[in-house]
Amino acid sequence: MFWNPKIECMPVEDLKKLQYDELKSLVTKLYESNQFYHDRMEAHGVKPKDITCIEDISKLPFMYKQDLRDNYPTKMFTVPNNQVVRYHVSSGTTGKPTLVGYTRGDLDYWTEALARSLTSAGLGTDDVLQVCYGYGLFTGGLGLHYGGEKVGATVLPSSTGNSERQIELMMDLGVTAIACTPSYFIHLMDVAKKMGVSLKNDTKLRIAFLGAEPWSESMKKKIEDETGIETFDIYGTSEQGGPMFTDCPCHKGIHISADIMYIEVIDPDTEEILPPGQKGELVVTMLKKEAFPLVRYRIKDMTEIITEPCECGRTSPRIARITGRSDDMLIIRGINVFPSQIEYTLMQIPEVGDQYMIYVTRDGALDNMVIQVEIKAEAFSDNMEDMLKLRAHIESALKKYLNIAVKVELKAPGELPRFEGKAKRVIDNRVI
Amino acid sequence: MSNIIKQLSIFVNNEPGRLAHISSVLKECGVNMRAFNLAESTEFGILRAIVDDPDNSYDLLRQKGIIVKKTDVIGVYLQDTPGALFQAADVLGKANINIEYGYAYSYKDKAIFFIRVDDPEKAVDVISKQGIKMVSDSEI
Repeated sequence: MFWNPKIECMPVEDLKKLQYDELKSLVTKLYESNQFYHDRMEAHGVKPKDITCIEDISKLPFMYKQDLRDNYPTKMFTVPNNQVVRYHVSSGTTGKPTLVGYTRGDLDYWTEALARSLTSAGLGTDDVLQVCYGYGLFTGGLGLHYGGEKVGATVLPSSTGNSERQIELMMDLGVTAIACTPSYFIHLMDVAKKMGVSLKNDTKLRIAFLGAEPWSESMKKKIEDETGIETFDIYGTSEQGGPMFTDCPCHKGIHISADIMYIEVIDPDTEEILPPGQKGELVVTMLKKEAFPLVRYRIKDMTEIITEPCECGRTSPRIARITGRSDDMLIIRGINVFPSQIEYTLMQIPEVGDQYMIYVTRDGALDNMVIQVEIKAEAFSDNMEDMLKLRAHIESALKKYLNIAVKVELKAPGELPRFEGKAKRVIDNRVI
Repeated sequence: MSNIIKQLSIFVNNEPGRLAHISSVLKECGVNMRAFNLAESTEFGILRAIVDDPDNSYDLLRQKGIIVKKTDVIGVYLQDTPGALFQAADVLGKANINIEYGYAYSYKDKAIFFIRVDDPEKAVDVISKQGIKMVSDSEI
C-alpha cells in the first residue's frame, strides 16, 4: 500500500533532480538569511553557486551537535518566532538541551513521512494504533499520534507507563497496532504473561512500530515468534524532526523518503563519503525543514545505505538497521543519555568527588543504569540517615537532569578505577 | 577524664574483602578494637569502633587513605539485672535525648552499652544524676 505513490515510486533520476532543486533553494536561502550558515559556508569556501547537482552536497561543511548547543536556544532558527508552532526538546551533551522548532510546514512533512511509513506497513482506517511513546518534549508520542491520525487510524494516546492498563485497553479497544520502544514491548509481553493474557490469542494486535533505541534481528525474531505480530523498525532522531521512516513489508532496510531527507554515510574518522553497502556514520540533510534546517548533520548513528531496488516498488534509498553510535551516547529506555550529562550533574554536587563509573545492564526487558560515585572524605557522615539522604539527593539530581531514574551507589575515595589514558567510565553490559 | 568517648566511624564499601582489608589495616596500625558495630546499606557500610587510642588510631588510618571520622559516644554500664537497659533508655527519653544508634559489649560480668545521642553532654549529665555508671575514656 502506498500513501504517496508518485513520490514513493518516482524514478531515481527524477528523485535526484527533485533533491537537487530542494537543496539548491535551501542552501541559497540559508546563505543569504542565516548568520550561522553564512559564516560556516564562507569559512568552508563554498557558495550556493557551487552547488550544481545533488552530489555537490559533499562541498558543504558538516554540522555537529556542538553547533546546536552553541546556538541554543533559537539562534539557528531560520524563521521568525511567529512562524514557529511547536517545540520539542531532547538531551544535549552537557548543560543545555537540544531545542527543535517546527513551522506548520515542518509538522506537515513530518506527518506526511509517517503517513507513508505507516501506510507501507499496512496501517489504515480500520486500525487502532496504541502509541506508547512518551507524549511531551520527546518527539515519539506526538509524532506517531499525528501520523496515525493522518492515515485515518484510531489513535489511542496511552503514552508510557501503567503497563497493566495498557494491556487492558489493548484488549477492550481491539488495538491492532502499537508504537513503542522494543524494550518496552518486551516488557509488555512479560506483563501480559503475568496477567494471564496471550497477546497472540487474546488481542487483535498484528503490527508493531518499534524504535528509538537499537534492537537486533534476534530481538525481532523473539517478539514475532512469541506474539505472532509483524514488527517494523522505525527511525528518526529529535534533531532531524522525530520518528519518520520505517521498513516496508519486505523488511530489507528502512526506506528514507528521498524528497524529505538526503542521506550520506561517511567514515567517522576520515569524514570520507562511503559507497552504499559500507558501514559508517549517517549524515543527514533535511531538504524541507523550515524552522530549524539541518545540512550534513553528523547524527552519529552507525549504518549503511542500501540502493538496490526494493521489491515493494519504492525507489527511495534505504538504511540498514542502526548498529550503534559513533559517539558515546547511550540510549536508556528510549531516552538519549550522554555520559557528559552525568558528569556535569555530578560535578554540581559538592559532596561528590572526581571519580564515577556508569554501569548499564538489561534486567529482563528494561535498561538499568547504576552510577557509582566516590564521595569526598569530608562528606562522610557517621549517621546512616545522612548518607542515605546524600545518595537520594544525587539520584534525584540525576533524574531531574536525565529524565530517567538511575541507581546511585556511594563509594569511598580511591575505590573506583583511575585511568591513565582515555577514561573508560561506561560499562554497557546489555546484550541486545 | 571524660565520659565522652571518641568512637572511630569508618566508611566501608560493601564488597567482598573490604572489611578484611580495613581489619588488616587496623592490625598493621596496631589498633586494638574494644567493641564494634557495623551498619550497612546495600553498597556501603559504616564500621563503628571503640579503640584503645582513638586520636593516634585516627591519624594512622587517615594516613592509610581510610575514610574515618571521630564521633562522640557514651558508654553506659548495664547492671546484670532485668530492666537495666530500660533504665538508661528511659532517662534519655524523659530528657528528650534521641538515641541515634547503640551497640553492646560484654566481657565476663561486665556489660556496656555504647550509644550515640544527639546531645552527648546533656546525656552524660542526666545519666550521672540517676546514679548510672558510665565508662570513662581512660578506662578504654
